[in-house]
Amino acid sequence: MTNQNKKPPIIEVRNLVKRFGETAIAVNDVSLDIYEGEFFALLGPSGCGKTTLLRMLAGFENPSEGLISIGGKDMVGVDPSLRPVNMVFQSYAVFPHMTVAQNVGYGLKVTGVAPREIDLRVTEALELVKLEGYGTRLPNQLSGGQQQRVALARALIKRPKVLLLDEPLSALDAKLREQMQLELVRLQKSVGITFVIVTHDQDEALSMADRIAVMSKGRVEQLATPAELYEYPSNRFVADFIGKTNIFSATVVGRDGESLLVDVPQLGRMALPFEGDAQGEISLAIRPEKLRLEAHVASGDKVSVKGKVQQLAYYGGESHVHLDCASGMSLSVTRPNGHRGSYQDVIVGEEAFICWDSADMLVLTH
Amino acid sequence: MTIFSHLSATPVKYRRRLINPLDYTRRLWLQLTVGFGLLFLYAPLVALVAFSFNDSKRNIVWQGFTFKYYAKAFNNSGLHDAFMNSMIIASISTVVSTVLGTLLAIGLARYKFKGKALYDGWVHLPVVIPEICLGVAMLAFFVWANIPLGLTTITISHIAFSIPFVAVIVRSRMAGFDRSYEEAAIDLGATPWKIFWDITFPYLTPGIVAAALLAFTLSIDDFVITFFTSGPGSTTFPIKIYSMVRFSVTPEVNAASTILIALTVILTVAAMLVQGRGEKGMKK
Repeated sequence: MTNQNKKPPIIEVRNLVKRFGETAIAVNDVSLDIYEGEFFALLGPSGCGKTTLLRMLAGFENPSEGLISIGGKDMVGVDPSLRPVNMVFQSYAVFPHMTVAQNVGYGLKVTGVAPREIDLRVTEALELVKLEGYGTRLPNQLSGGQQQRVALARALIKRPKVLLLDEPLSALDAKLREQMQLELVRLQKSVGITFVIVTHDQDEALSMADRIAVMSKGRVEQLATPAELYEYPSNRFVADFIGKTNIFSATVVGRDGESLLVDVPQLGRMALPFEGDAQGEISLAIRPEKLRLEAHVASGDKVSVKGKVQQLAYYGGESHVHLDCASGMSLSVTRPNGHRGSYQDVIVGEEAFICWDSADMLVLTH
Repeated sequence: MTIFSHLSATPVKYRRRLINPLDYTRRLWLQLTVGFGLLFLYAPLVALVAFSFNDSKRNIVWQGFTFKYYAKAFNNSGLHDAFMNSMIIASISTVVSTVLGTLLAIGLARYKFKGKALYDGWVHLPVVIPEICLGVAMLAFFVWANIPLGLTTITISHIAFSIPFVAVIVRSRMAGFDRSYEEAAIDLGATPWKIFWDITFPYLTPGIVAAALLAFTLSIDDFVITFFTSGPGSTTFPIKIYSMVRFSVTPEVNAASTILIALTVILTVAAMLVQGRGEKGMKK
């Protein structure tokens, strides 16, 4: 956690529970703090409760239990129209019968702001999202990306304390999505408003957010910065969900000072740096880009396993190599294509040694 | 060209059979069927309209073109009064049934309440039960309730049978309505009243206009139910035409009927245009 801790939290969520009906539980005992000026992501597979959590922040759902406070004020039971937050909807929800300017100014008009000020702020807001001169157009004359910008301008013009974004980029094509990711980060830094974004796309969360809460089955599995999530996932779900990973089963046999001694069926006994408590059956994980393919067994601290190349997937910038090793284990290795001919170095059916630094392995106790 | 040149040797009569599976309308038997269908449907109507311009007292032989019977129909005070009655009934019935039907559609589309499924089914019942039954039922009801038959009872009946049609049309429009429009409006600080007039109503407008036009058409050309619920001095246009026909089918009757046809066709086409344009406009 970085300098965010110095600022007071703008959103405090405590022991939040949301049940639908008698048995279905969408959000299960979630507590988290979101700080002022932060770009915060709720990340998880579909059905993990992230959207329900966001809708409770916006006020469209009432929590079954627990507390939500925004800007120091209790928000449970407060109407969405009275909360200091605004939302960008997944479908954008740009009103089809209003022009861009009418859409953007709607939130000011209904709260009785003077027409002259509305005009001024609409122009300002359209400038902010780079839609100058589009004020008189109708939504059906705009592309998906432009409608998205209208939705953003319409929410930001209210100067909310927090902007909530529900899967804002899911309807855009890949190239535009990447562009909008950068755009959103630029926008967030320039307006200084806290952004809370819901997404199922890990690349989106990793590249944009300051901090990410990874959710699964209504619970927060881990809340950390993108780098912490990727390099130090706290459990098997996070390790598996964020990025790709190779996982081994292992048995704890004891301790040796700072290190944990484990037996791995395919690799033998290993000593891994680990401070926490671990007993019995655990998992070890290593990211594919931390593995290397060598012609000879590596020396020193490195671990080496012999494998046969089963499959090669070329992704342009990198190649993913899938290898079968002894005792039925298979490993994935990511190789950067650093030179134009690099992808030809690996040939399907050939054997190679897979080597890595044992310090790069992660101990996952659950 | 050279590769396919041998194909041109195929006899023409075999090649004509190669019709695309979806081009079945090009088959002769189908064209004939459609032709007969259209003939049976429209020939009487065409004859009716044509003979309204016939310069003869009888509708048998074509004697020459004239507007005489239109003038006669316009000057027929009984027909004129009946037309005005129809207009008054249709106007009131349209306004009331459109408002009630729209509220009904929104209520059914939006809210969950006890017995909704049952209510939903009941609402559509007047659309399917025979008009004659509805007419008898209305008459029985008015007699039981001791309401004198006249313009009031006709109007009430028209409102009653128009509501389900309005509700069905408005509801189908409502089905395409994205709830997040309303959520976005709440989020931006709008009150429920403002949301209805700023967001929901403009979205529904094409459906409501189409429904109103249909309600007007239904009312203006209704015969059966009106026949049962009308009293002395409350003759409507279709009933007047019917009573004229009982003496003889004169070109004047043809002229009056043609006016009714024209009115209904114009309103129906208008309703379809409004509905179609609305649907196109709302697409992203």
